[in-house]
Amino acid sequence: MAVLNVNLTRIESINMKKSLKTAQKGHKLLKDKLDELIKKLLDLVRQNQELRKKTDEGLQKAYQNFMLAKAVIGEEYIEEALIIPKKSVSIDIGETSVMSVKIPKYHFSEKLQEDTSNKALYGFAYTTSELDKAIESFSEVSKFLLELAQNEKAIELISAEIEKTRRRVNAIENVTIPNYIDTIKYIGLKLSEDERASTSRLMKIKEMLVK
Amino acid sequence: MYKIAVVGDKESIFGFSAIGMDIYPAYEEDEIKSLIPKLIEENYAIIYITENVSIKAEKYLEKLQKNKIPAIITIPSNTGSLNYGENRIKEMVQKAVGIEINFKESNS
Repeated sequence: MAVLNVNLTRIESINMKKSLKTAQKGHKLLKDKLDELIKKLLDLVRQNQELRKKTDEGLQKAYQNFMLAKAVIGEEYIEEALIIPKKSVSIDIGETSVMSVKIPKYHFSEKLQEDTSNKALYGFAYTTSELDKAIESFSEVSKFLLELAQNEKAIELISAEIEKTRRRVNAIENVTIPNYIDTIKYIGLKLSEDERASTSRLMKIKEMLVK
Repeated sequence: MYKIAVVGDKESIFGFSAIGMDIYPAYEEDEIKSLIPKLIEENYAIIYITENVSIKAEKYLEKLQKNKIPAIITIPSNTGSLNYGENRIKEMVQKAVGIEINFKESNS
């Protein structure tokens, strides 16, 4: 039994009862939050597995196509063709809130460099259609990659929040609330003990006076 | 404005430069440890790391997990998938929820 270090008075007991009620309310709220977070997390994980599969497959294909291009054209020529990227990607980060966990949301934008006279991303001189195909498969997979990044970050953040919330719920459930209950009980006992003591003292005094 | 970086062995990541992501070849743990902080400073919000390299620097990358930026995502290298990314998520969920969850069964 853990009794908090408070004055053993009636007013303290009343305050304690109020605190206990607040703690119980908070406990319920936190528990609801935890349940909701876990639900969200499981949804995200389910999505994640699908995305993973898609990206893994897509990347495998892209790597294969790239290898093929390399075999056909030769590594030096590919490097030469791609050494100055004509396209650059950038992202804006927005924010969504899931149960007050801030989750980044990425907005993808790509920009071609100034010289956009030809739409090709590299010189045609030494490259063949294999490279086109390889790069096409890379840009296909980039969409999934971005979604995957968003999804995994969300999972990371939410699971961290779940751990934190779980610790809080446990602390309230196993420490704070029992402490309050014990203390309130202890104060009650102590007060009634005092009362009995004073009653018996009065009886004793009365007896002495009557004599 | 944030940028996207791809880190890993050169063979695997070279193709990403074609679609406008910046590539940074790295092979060993020490290289990663010095490279990642630099990338964070340079406003990279998403960093893709190939599996074979990220396994080597597992402990270091785990520390960065809780920050909002950057998102560090493992992708398979050109030698095939090791399922490292998937297992990492699984572990994380297990740690958070307290039980292992196998979604494969619920999907089929």
